[in-house]
Formats: sequence, C-alpha cells, structure tokens
Amino acid sequence: MDFDFTEEQRLLKESVDRFISDRYDFEQRKTFAKSEAGYSSDNWKQFADLGLLAIPFAEEHGGFGGGPIETMIVMEAFGRGLVLEPYFATVILGGGLLRHGASDAQKSEFIPKIASGDMRLAFAHGERQSRYDLADVETRAKKSGSGYVLEGEKSLVLNGDSADALVVSARLSGGQRDRSGIGLFLIDANAKGVSPRGYPTQDGLRAAEISLAAVEVPSDRVIGEDALPIIERVVDEAIAALAAEAVGAMTEMHALTVEYLKTRKQFGVTIGSFQALQHRAVDMFVALEQARSMAMFATMTSAADDPEVRRRAISAAKVQVGRSAKIVGQGAIQLHGGVGMTMELKVGHYFKRASMIDVLFGDADHHLAKLAEAGSLAA
Amino acid sequence: MDLRFTDEEVAFRDEVRTFFKENLPRAIREKLKEGRHTSKDELVQWTRILNKKGWAVSHWPKEYGGTGWTPVQQYIFLDELQQAPAPSPLPFGVSMVGPVIYTFGSDAQKKQVLPRIANLDDWWCQGFSEPGAGSDLASLKTTAKRDGDHYVINGQKTWTTLAQYADWIFVLARTDMAAAKRQEGISFILVDMKTPGITVRPIVTIDGGAEVNEVFFDAVRVSLENRVGEENRGWDYAKFLLGNERVGIARVGVSKERLRRIRELASATMDHGRPLIELPRFREKLAAVEVELKALEMTQLRVVAAEAKRAKGKPDPASSILKIKGSEIQQATTELLMEVVGPYALPYRQEHEEEEGWNEPPIGPDWASTIAPTYFNTRKVSIYGGSNEIQKNIIAKAILGL
Repeated sequence: MDFDFTEEQRLLKESVDRFISDRYDFEQRKTFAKSEAGYSSDNWKQFADLGLLAIPFAEEHGGFGGGPIETMIVMEAFGRGLVLEPYFATVILGGGLLRHGASDAQKSEFIPKIASGDMRLAFAHGERQSRYDLADVETRAKKSGSGYVLEGEKSLVLNGDSADALVVSARLSGGQRDRSGIGLFLIDANAKGVSPRGYPTQDGLRAAEISLAAVEVPSDRVIGEDALPIIERVVDEAIAALAAEAVGAMTEMHALTVEYLKTRKQFGVTIGSFQALQHRAVDMFVALEQARSMAMFATMTSAADDPEVRRRAISAAKVQVGRSAKIVGQGAIQLHGGVGMTMELKVGHYFKRASMIDVLFGDADHHLAKLAEAGSLAA
Repeated sequence: MDLRFTDEEVAFRDEVRTFFKENLPRAIREKLKEGRHTSKDELVQWTRILNKKGWAVSHWPKEYGGTGWTPVQQYIFLDELQQAPAPSPLPFGVSMVGPVIYTFGSDAQKKQVLPRIANLDDWWCQGFSEPGAGSDLASLKTTAKRDGDHYVINGQKTWTTLAQYADWIFVLARTDMAAAKRQEGISFILVDMKTPGITVRPIVTIDGGAEVNEVFFDAVRVSLENRVGEENRGWDYAKFLLGNERVGIARVGVSKERLRRIRELASATMDHGRPLIELPRFREKLAAVEVELKALEMTQLRVVAAEAKRAKGKPDPASSILKIKGSEIQQATTELLMEVVGPYALPYRQEHEEEEGWNEPPIGPDWASTIAPTYFNTRKVSIYGGSNEIQKNIIAKAILGL
C-alpha cells in the first residue's frame, strides 16, 4: 500500500504542471476560448509533442502504455488550468472506446493518429431522452451490404463540433432501453449525412447536437456489435478522470479562497481573522481532501476487471466528488463575496466547471441511488 | 500508487485476524457488538491476553515493550482490532501517560510505571479538564504548592473517564502562580488515587451511564518525585499527549463494524411488510455514510503512508480531518441505528441491568435497549479530545495559515 508516484510519473507531473503554469494562465485561456473550435490548436500540438495524447495506449499501437494514474496526473493538472482542449473527448472517451473495443488493425490505424494530434474524437452516445441511462439508445444501425447505415439524433456530444471523427453508438437490435444490441461505429465527422450543431457549454467548453441521416459506415469501421459493457467500462474510466479534474479545480478554488481571506480587509482587519469564515474554509478543505481521497480510490480501482467492484468504487467517487464540489464551489463564491460573482475572477469559472462535472455521466444523487441498489460498498 | 497491501502486510493482517478470532473472549466480542460496555475485569482480561502476545502497547518503542511495527502494520492492527470487534487498550495509560513517561519521565518512572500500564496492573485516568477549563485548558486552576519534598494539590478535575476504576491519575496543576503566561507554570504530576484527600463523584450522562466523574483534590500530598519532567513545563507535555491522542481517533474500523451491524439489523426489521433494508430511502442514507467512510479510510491511509516517511512523533495536522470526519461518521451510524430500532428505542434499562443481565423477557427486539443510549452517548465524540470546533481552529491556523 503506497501513494507514491514512480519516477516516470513524477516527471510526467512536472511537465504537465509546468505547461499549465507557463502557458495556461487565465488571460491566455481567454484567448484560446475565442478561437472557432473553442480552444487552441497550438496547444493541441504541444500536447502531442509532450506525449500526452499517447498516454493510455499500448506501446505496440504507438502509445506510452500509461494507466489510470498517469491519466489522473494529467486530468488534475488540466482541472487546475481549466483546460479547454478536447483531451477528455479524444483521449479518455474516444480513445478509451478504441482501446477496449477496436480490433488490432483498427488500433494500429487510428491510435498513431490520435497520438500525433491528427485525429480528434468525440463520443456521440447520449440522446434527448437518455439522461444518465447508458443503455437508452434509439439511434438505429441497419445492415446495408457489408456495412451499416446510421439514422438518429445524438445530443450533448462533448466537442462534437470540432472532432475529426465520431464514435457513434447505435442500436442493431432490441428495444430502446435493452442492454444488448448496441453497436459502436467510427465515422468521419464530415461524412455524408452528419450534421453537427455546435454550441458553448456553461463551463466555457463546447458540445454539439448531431443529426445522423442515412450515414454509411463500412464494415471495417465497426468497433463493437454488443458494446454496452465497453461503453460502461469507458464511462467508468471517464468518471475517474473527471474526478481528478474536479479535484484539480477544487484545489485551486480553495487556494484562491484562502488567499483572498488573507488579503481582503474589512472592519480594519483581514477577513480571514473571522472564525465564521475560517470554519467555512476548513469545511471546504475537509471536503476537498475527502474528494481527493476518493479520486485516488477511483483511479486505483478503475482498472479492475470485475465490473461490479469497479462500478461501486466509481459511483462512490462520483458521489463524494459531486458533494464536495458543492461545498468547495459554493463556499468559494460565498467567501469571495460580490467579486466571486464576476466573470472577471477565475474562481467563478472553476465553480462552473466543477458544477458541470457533477452533471456529466450521473450526478451525486444518481450514483448514490445506484450504490444503494447495488448493496454494500464495504469490501 | 497502489492500494493493495504487500504480501507481507497481507500475511500480517491474517496473523492478527486469526489471533483475535482465537483469543478474543466471546462474551466480550458479543458485548461490543451489541453496544454494551465491557466491565473493568473484562478489559483487564483482554489487555493481559494482548500483553502476553506482546501487543498491548504495540506503538511504543521496542525498548519499552513496543512491537517495532511499521505505520502500515499499526494501521492494520488497529483496523482489525476495531472490526473484530475487540476493546481498544485503555487509552489513558497506553496512548496518553505512557508516551509522556517514556519521552519525558525519569528512569525510575519508566521502570515502575510502563510495565504496569502494558499489563493493566494500574488503571490510569486523565486529570486535565476542570469546570472552568474545557477547550481553554490553559485556564486551569488546580494548584500544586511545594511543601518540603512534597506538592500539596488543591482543586477539581472533571469529565474524568472511568476514574471510578482508577489506581492512578495524571494531573495538570499550576506550580507557579506568578508565571507571565497562563501556559507557563503548569506541571504534570502522577497521583495515586488512594492518597488521602481525593474524592471521586460520578457524573450521570444523558445515556444514563456514569463513565465520567468529578475528582476533587483537598490538600493531597504527593512526592516531588511524582512530577514528570521539569517543573512548569507541563503544558508542553500535555500538548505532546494531545497530539498523540488524535492518532487512531478516526475509528474507521469501529464504524465499518457498525455499518455491518446496521445492515444485519435492518434486514431483520420489518417496515410496511418488508425488511427495512429494502427501503430505497434507507439504503441511500446507508450508502451515503458508506461513501463518507470509504473516503475517510482513504484519507487515513494517506496520513499513514505519509507518516511512514516523516520524522517520528510529529502528528500530521491533517489528522485533525480524521477527528472531525471520524466523529461525524460515528454519530451518523448511531442515527441510522435509531432509525432501524424505531419505536423500540423507547424502553429504558438501568446500566447495571445491562451489565449484569436481565431476567425478564426483552421489550421489543433483544438488541433494542442499547441503541438510544449509544446514540445519546456518541454525541460526546465531537466534543472530547478537542471539540470539532477546536479542530477547525487548528486546521485554520496550522494548515490554512489563517
């Protein structure tokens, strides 16, 4: 039992942390956000050069053979920097689906492109009616010659408007909420019949509604034909990654708040001398550390092969992180007072990102209900 | 980063678990499971079983009878002990006065006192709090005035846990009335409870029990040799002691064991014709506490892992988190038990009836009578050992720098 990083992990952390502190301050971020894609393609190249886009993939496919811990290191730093680039959509979601679902030939073809920054992915899975139910898929895939034709509407596709390719889920058989019969297909974003409608999200990132009208998919672009277990596995990994990102954002929110308490003066003294505010800052600190503990727990359990063990750990982490994010985020705004309400200060942007993370892939209450249904968390 | 224990640690855990299984008297185990208090004799019996094995004062330095275990092993031992569930060794000797004596005491004190703590030959109690000195301990008023080669102690201590069984008490008393600061001029003195002038009076708490007492000192004469360390340096020793007190205070193993019991009892309790455990609202509450406890367990493991790397004897300020969260979770488990027992929380039994057994048939389920007292009694855990509000002051100052 230990919480140490290996030498390689330490070096990775240093280099990501350096990137964030040198090239991702609040003013720079504003410029990145103004570009059409909503992020900087220059940064994306840097990620490729630093090897970040290759981290979780096997070496035989051009990856670095990293695991959940490496992902945690990157995502926590990205949480601190409020990174806009589609790392989560491309490497964690899209890349995860390829890692767990794709054939060797597919991996050899696509993963080097992801690693070099030439293939940005998005996961087109959610639909208007599906909410947090991963099995709820209406989009249809019909056999056509040796390939398939996709027909349906996908919703809330993270970075769906700037991706080069989409991993689309579509039903091959069964009813709308059946667990079996969901296929995964890799399509070009500009394939015929694909119409994305992009829009900004509350946290300064972007998403898209995507219409699929008679989109043809050749047979060598089928990632999986009964793919719900793959989707669930990738979403579990994604939640662990988001937990780390949320911890990064919370760490900064808390640090900014404590700093503000030490400098802001009212009644002739720094407001951090008031016990009511000290105790709220401590409540935030406790919530942050509990979330950090659970993000680590999720990270170290997310690679477990037993889906039941994995799912419970992930749900527990999502519950803790969602609850902590409220305590830390709401506390950060409250203790900053009026200026915490302004777009001018970074703290509000962290609050918004942390709040959006809670509603991705099931909020705290959703996962609490899942956990309650599953039975005991205790090993 | 790896959550798994090493092979050696797993083997150690199995050894500890097996030892508890084979050596913990069944009656003691059942009592703890049911939330009843163990008697003095039972704790002595259990401590001597541990001591025979060499585990009664496991975290002490080897030369004084400790084990030399790593922090991870200490953690495993404590976790297994709490989950057995087995009684923890009496903290006033093992975790409080013992470490003060082997760190600051004279050779004579070490020789005389330490082995008797390990074997629970002497039952120790703690003479710190006073009616006017709770969270503000430095305002204590008990005095120890020199008279030849003796101190004469006058004053009153309170909240003295299990003083009714005690052979000895360690007392903080003012030895320099003219000291410039309140923290200066306090000494740490060991007092035999049989010394003339000591009166112990029980305080009945809201659970109906009397585990705490008032202890009065009326011209109690104690040899100067009973002072630990230097005169007027007692505050430093007390701070050292209170720092140690936070170690293991999260009581994660106790809460784990209690959650198992809640599950068991909620499965046997019917609500609207089906087991309470099947009620989604109840299950969610239980799951919420389990999540908090898992997070706390991970936080504790982080503290343990960091401790393994740090200079010995320096408590991590982060251990204040363990106190706050650990006490909140313990209290949450007792609230869940209240929900399980429902209306059968009502019947009240005298403590001696609990201890000595009851001849009449139980009212409601046979496990019901301890639930409400445990709920009431467990309010103490966010008060003792530095109240949670004091812990927040400590974190604000020591960690956040406010």
